[in-house]
Amino acid sequence: MTSPEIKIIPRNTYLLVWGVLMFLLLLNFGLAEIRLGPFNLVVSLAVAFIQTLLMLLYLMHARYDSGLTRLFVIVGFVWLLIMFDLVLSDYLTRGGVPSTLRDSWKHGAWPAATNNFPAGFSTNGR
Amino acid sequence: MADAHPTLAEQFDDLPQQRNAALLGMWTFLATEVLFFGGLFLSYTIYRHAYYEAFEEAGRHVKILYGSINTALLLTSSLTMSLAIHSAQVGQQRLLVRFLRLTIFLGICFLVVKGMEYKSDIDEHFVPGARFEHGLPAQAQIFWFLYWIMTGVHSLHLLVGIGLLVVITWMARKGRFSEHYNNPVVISGLYWHFVDVIWVWLYALFYLVNRN
Repeated sequence: MTSPEIKIIPRNTYLLVWGVLMFLLLLNFGLAEIRLGPFNLVVSLAVAFIQTLLMLLYLMHARYDSGLTRLFVIVGFVWLLIMFDLVLSDYLTRGGVPSTLRDSWKHGAWPAATNNFPAGFSTNGR
Repeated sequence: MADAHPTLAEQFDDLPQQRNAALLGMWTFLATEVLFFGGLFLSYTIYRHAYYEAFEEAGRHVKILYGSINTALLLTSSLTMSLAIHSAQVGQQRLLVRFLRLTIFLGICFLVVKGMEYKSDIDEHFVPGARFEHGLPAQAQIFWFLYWIMTGVHSLHLLVGIGLLVVITWMARKGRFSEHYNNPVVISGLYWHFVDVIWVWLYALFYLVNRN
């Protein structure tokens, strides 16, 4: 197995990235004072995302790492996305799902409920 | 290998391979840290979605000046950490020690500012519990609960980072690192930057998004 040589990132790159990070901090601070309605959240998180990307790629030199290391970097965040996706797909859709099996016919997803359940069977939420 | 470098452990073929193994190990650890903090960020997301108005009102009482100063301190400490790594890679021993000390100093400054902020938060009764009386919606306490847990755990991570860098500085003063071998400096730097990344998101979610 051959290993690539270690890339030394020049000092000026670090200084430049730091300058951009500080600028983004000021930008984020300033934009938070302006009323943008729902876009305040979008803007703040977008700036935080760009800052994160800069830190990962340059300060944490992910850009210059081997393919395997980069895969591990990406996978860490993919797992995070899976966790958010699974949990939010529950929480964000709760209003759209019938709360009990007995009401479910109103949504058309189930046949109309009858009372002919076996003894001991209770519909959820009753 | 007869011509093996003295800092090369015997299980590795060459120094770059040894270094890549160290990086891979650290990123594996950081992936678990992403999920550790991710659970807390997920709680924040769910509760902010459920109690949007309460979060908005509660968020107006977070002290943005402290948070902004601390963000600047941490971003700058990440710069000095990177410059320390650069110094190690080009074999400048004295500069390495100096930048490491500067990084530790900035980390301590962060904790001092955070302590001052905590003090004023406590004085103004922003600790969830019986004395939390602000005329805010009851769910505002969830916001403040998450604030204390998430910034608290982050500060603990920073404290660990400072301890790590104290050891690295001590090793650097003993001349353990050179342009050929500096993996512990690079690895500690990854941890330090990661703690910085977490703070950037804490700053956005607790200090910025609820201001309007």
